[in-house]
Amino acid sequence: MDVRYDFGGDEYIFVDFDIEMSLEVNFKILSICQEIERERIAGVIEVCPGNASYLMHYRPEEIDPEKLVKELRKLEHQADHITSISSRMVDIPVLYDDPWTKECARQFGERHQDPSVTNLEYLMRINGFSNKQEFIEAHSGRPYWISMVGFVPGTAWGYQMVPRARALQAPKYVRPRTDTPERTVSHGGAFMAIYPVRGPGGYQLIGMTPVPVYEPEGRLIDLRETRILAKAADRWKLRPIDLDEFNAIRAEVEAGTYRYRIVEQEFRPAVYFEDPEGYLNRLQEEAR
Amino acid sequence: MLKILRPGLLTTIQDAGRFGWYHIGMPPSGAMDQFSFRAGNLLVGNDQGAAALETTFLGPDLEAAADVTVAVTGAPLELRLNGEPAPMWVALALRAGDKLQCGQAVAGVRSYVCVGGGIDVPELLGSRSTYLLGRFGGIGGRMIAAQDVLATGAPRRSATELTGRRLDPRLLPTFPEIAELRILMGLCSYRLTEESIAQFLSTPWEVSTEADRIGYRIHGAGFQFRDREPPFGAGSDPSNVVDVGYPVGSIQVPGGKEGILLMRDAVTGGGYATIGTVIQCDLDRVAQAAPRTRFRFRAVTIQDALRLRAQYKARLRMLADSLALFDSVGRLGQ
Repeated sequence: MDVRYDFGGDEYIFVDFDIEMSLEVNFKILSICQEIERERIAGVIEVCPGNASYLMHYRPEEIDPEKLVKELRKLEHQADHITSISSRMVDIPVLYDDPWTKECARQFGERHQDPSVTNLEYLMRINGFSNKQEFIEAHSGRPYWISMVGFVPGTAWGYQMVPRARALQAPKYVRPRTDTPERTVSHGGAFMAIYPVRGPGGYQLIGMTPVPVYEPEGRLIDLRETRILAKAADRWKLRPIDLDEFNAIRAEVEAGTYRYRIVEQEFRPAVYFEDPEGYLNRLQEEAR
Repeated sequence: MLKILRPGLLTTIQDAGRFGWYHIGMPPSGAMDQFSFRAGNLLVGNDQGAAALETTFLGPDLEAAADVTVAVTGAPLELRLNGEPAPMWVALALRAGDKLQCGQAVAGVRSYVCVGGGIDVPELLGSRSTYLLGRFGGIGGRMIAAQDVLATGAPRRSATELTGRRLDPRLLPTFPEIAELRILMGLCSYRLTEESIAQFLSTPWEVSTEADRIGYRIHGAGFQFRDREPPFGAGSDPSNVVDVGYPVGSIQVPGGKEGILLMRDAVTGGGYATIGTVIQCDLDRVAQAAPRTRFRFRAVTIQDALRLRAQYKARLRMLADSLALFDSVGRLGQ
């Protein structure tokens, strides 16, 4: 792997591991970022793991940029493979093909590759599906590995834990939208993401979840500490629901009584790579 | 205490910024033009990073609910104290009941109303800055509204000590219609052709009307990408990459049609290629660039960037020194 170090202006270092996405690379990045945090290098403000890269923010008054790059290269070579990652299984109810995101897609049609169909229909076509139900089953069947957190507070990139040949893919909008409804479930590249707040974006819009992934007011018990649902290394299991269940969950969220279904587990990458399907099934059984 | 009579167009509480939370998607926020903001705080005897009001194009009308020292800096606007013209970049003593009117900016975009003791709202994750998109910080994560009453902290120095303090005019920023921005090219610029990079650096870019605290969309010659097989997970548009973190100040090129220069309320990462990062001190100029302002980009090295950064910090130190000099000369004259 040819790792590339680059300066992002005078306060950032961008470290690019690969131009393509893989869980192998993401596991390695998460392990290096944890190593950097443990090292507590003077002048480092924070490190932000990306899908196949990471971004470091630092103060050049406290550490010389060239020297910092040397330190980071050393850590890159020292970082061992993670043998076990603590990873939460999180249940995410989703109303696919909902009215709100379809309306948003209509509104920004001129920025889209094909405004004559819904974003979900566009994704079906690109990925070779003719049946909507089959597409929804494929999209929600396997959990998504949270490989990166960012964009706006609470956004998380979910990479579906399927063989690459089965991964659903989508281009981003030709020009990003200036608006997207809160809690939109979306897909871009090989990633699923949920919009935590209303705002700009470029992913394809395919559904809506009733549960917040960001709650600035801190009313829901499970989000009180950080106000954010996602943690890197989570596994999010999407669960298709109908409008009645959507409304029922919304009512609980608005009353402040909703509790997320979260199960803490130890995740072993080596075991996963040996038998992905069997291992995920075992973890899912344990989580019940 | 300050009472808001009219809020202006888009006025928010901002401080030096909220750092260390980019990894959860929380951008730094904070004053967009840090130099003007810090100068205002120095004038009223605060720490440089104390919370102040940031205005956009049209400033607020305020009433002092108690005696308070105020300095207005940044984009030049028509400032009135109890109806009489009042100077910017000067510490003004307001008595309870005095009214300060900030008019429309005649150049630039953002002005700062700095108050002795700073604006006192609760700190969230270490900062009082407002992050509008995330509905976070400031007052309930929103812009200032009429009838808001803003608490102020205990002033460091008395109004008698501060009133009339002014800055050396040679140190004050200008608000040009063409701004040169120094940039470190790189990040995902490997996606562009050599010719496209050369064109980016040799032609002007115009600020569009979609320009705010999140980012500035800039229009110009456009971008041309190198041919490729899309890597797995990136998406098929030539501007797509597997999602990366975006530095504040970086320029992304969605679809190759326009550039988006990310500012202090930036989205922290995403799937469009970034082609370089404007150095931090030049973001002050961007903050003051109204739509139709033209940018020219000049490529610099990390060593240049560090030198320019040091010069910027030295200018801030000179501001502080010139105030200390003003104070001692003032005392001698009494």
